[in-house]
Amino acid sequence: MTLFMQALRFSSSRLPFICRRSRTYSTEAGAIERVISAFRSVSGDEGVSVGSAVREQHGRDESAHRCRPPDVVVFPRSVEEVSALAKICHHHQLPIIPFGTGTGLEGGVGALQGGVCFSLRKMDQVLDLHQEDFDVTVEPGVTHRGLNSYLRDTGLWFPVDPGADASLCGMAATSASGTNAVRYGTMRGNVLNLEVVLADGTVLHTAGKGRRPRKTSAGYNLTSLFVGSEGTLGIITKATLRLFGIPESMVSAVCSFPSVQSAVDSTVQILQAGVPIARIEFLDDVMINACNHFNKLSYAVTPTLFLEFHGSSKNMEEQVSITEEITRDNGGSEFAWAEDEETRGRLWKARHDAGYAALALRPGCKAYSTDVCVPISRLPQIIVETKEDLIRNNITGPIAGHVGDGNFHCLIVLDPNDPDEVARVHSFTERLVRRALAMDGTCTGEHGIGLGKRALLREEVGPLAISVMQGIKATLDPKNLMNPGKVL
Amino acid sequence: MSGRVLVGVKRVIDYAVKIRVKPDRTGVVTDGVKHSMNPFCEIAVEEAVKLKEKKLVKEVVAVSCGPQQVQETIRTALAMGADRGIHVEVSGKDYETLGPLQVSKIFAALAKKEQADLIILGKQAIDDDCNQTGQMTAALLDWPQGTFASEVSFEADKLKVVREIDGGLETIKINLPAVVTADLRLNTPRYATLPNIMKAKKKKIANVKPADLGVDVCSRLEVLKVDEPPQRQAGVKVETVEDLVGKLKEAGRV
Repeated sequence: MTLFMQALRFSSSRLPFICRRSRTYSTEAGAIERVISAFRSVSGDEGVSVGSAVREQHGRDESAHRCRPPDVVVFPRSVEEVSALAKICHHHQLPIIPFGTGTGLEGGVGALQGGVCFSLRKMDQVLDLHQEDFDVTVEPGVTHRGLNSYLRDTGLWFPVDPGADASLCGMAATSASGTNAVRYGTMRGNVLNLEVVLADGTVLHTAGKGRRPRKTSAGYNLTSLFVGSEGTLGIITKATLRLFGIPESMVSAVCSFPSVQSAVDSTVQILQAGVPIARIEFLDDVMINACNHFNKLSYAVTPTLFLEFHGSSKNMEEQVSITEEITRDNGGSEFAWAEDEETRGRLWKARHDAGYAALALRPGCKAYSTDVCVPISRLPQIIVETKEDLIRNNITGPIAGHVGDGNFHCLIVLDPNDPDEVARVHSFTERLVRRALAMDGTCTGEHGIGLGKRALLREEVGPLAISVMQGIKATLDPKNLMNPGKVL
Repeated sequence: MSGRVLVGVKRVIDYAVKIRVKPDRTGVVTDGVKHSMNPFCEIAVEEAVKLKEKKLVKEVVAVSCGPQQVQETIRTALAMGADRGIHVEVSGKDYETLGPLQVSKIFAALAKKEQADLIILGKQAIDDDCNQTGQMTAALLDWPQGTFASEVSFEADKLKVVREIDGGLETIKINLPAVVTADLRLNTPRYATLPNIMKAKKKKIANVKPADLGVDVCSRLEVLKVDEPPQRQAGVKVETVEDLVGKLKEAGRV
């Protein structure tokens, strides 16, 4: 009730400016001491850190955004501690920044206004596995690889696989996706329930406490609201996830193409043919070259598709033969197969390491990844135009992407100290996003808005939708303490 | 040649669990703690199943010693492709004191009973790190042994084993029947897929008691106490080299 009353007092147009203040806590020495001792009484001495190395570690992620360390890092061990710490922050008007594994790509954890980073790594239990119901509940310290390792004897897995070994609750916060999304979906479709702590310490169960039906029509979809909210609406302390059976057979293949157009055309045709392909990833010639060097492989340096088929041994044959016919018709090479666990693992590791492989092309530089996503029928056009743009402007930007979802990344490598290059990259990315938006797409398929894409969000959804989003933010976090300066 | 391979699978505390010592210091906490197949045993099962897929062996039998719960571990091996299982029932105090000597006696007896041509075990278990069962089993059977295997292949009627040793890799050729213990780089074990787990429910697990095999599981060892490793002490920063030397002398290090 209090949240609603507070929301009425703040109009949405003022919201982004409410908490704009300089970092005063370092000057009000007495205040910070009092707050820290209050934190310590909740989480213990080891649960609170003001060490500069720890703060810096919690002020950066894997993006190129510079480190913005918080004033304090706290390490709660339970949802009760998270709630108590949040109440203290709420009382003292301190920004709250949730932190999972720090593997985000959009600067989401930077403490722009200082404040308190809530590192959730001590809450690392897998709770409540229900094998026959295909669901499990996890705490924020559990990563997707950790969960799949835990599940390995059950024949179940959680297929959403972003490149990094990210926290599952963090993946829910950024609505993450991965190479398997074309068949298994993204976090949006695979989170059944969340436990969230709001800015004032209230503990909310978005679908009702402990509930895990596979589908529901009950009320407003609060679970979906928090998925993708990037820490700006609350701290996710539990996620109930949808699991899948590990398929009987998983086989990967590599197919080389004479041109970008033919590779992407094949992708569209494979999807339109209804092949339930599990992974279909595009790598352009620059990317393949980088991967060859970085992972010591020897694929042909030409636009390539990495494919993966899941199914029973019988229906695999059918999937493969339809796909092969399509790729052959588009000038694709014979498939190079990877059937056993080890070879398959090497193939997908090469794909997941694409960012590092790109960086290795120009040591000493920084990497920035674009993330546009368009309807699949527009994919051939946007990738061809983007590649021409990269070449014309002499930008190092190997392309790798989940073309099955219409999503691709230009892994741009640039020297941050070369102002001309920085300017060229900046205008390139603007053109790319506008190109995608003009094709009914989005500026971010899976990485999130974070710090750098807030203006693009406004262009994409329009001022009216932004206004509605701000109203929701004002209702749930009227003091704008939750990860201020991000998303909106 | 029966073409039969025995694979040992041990149920241990999962590698990802944080181990805690029991307050009475007689052992570690196992109640309510996640258990799974010893990772080196997974590699052993994978190797046996691969040999069967290449048609170099005919039957893979998964064996585990322990109480009722080890049946789960045997089922995982069956889901990975083993043909049948043998559960050697050991429980209570006998299970708490079960160690490599008793297990190798059990395996030696089973190898004779099942007329096995090959025994593949993990090189060691991650709970006790003994690294003894394979070697003891070979000695009891008077069979050759290829331990710390990173590669196994058949050459005519012999087994070629590449072993990981301190100095590098050693390749040996041994006669069959033999005992092989699996090292980390032997293979990457497959995941048990859901359809295969369902199919594995139909595969048979036979129950056997150590006494039926003529083995006495009484232990000759007594655990005196179990402690955690000493807590790491905080470091100390000093201002000058003189201070550093002074502190080192104080600690008797110089």
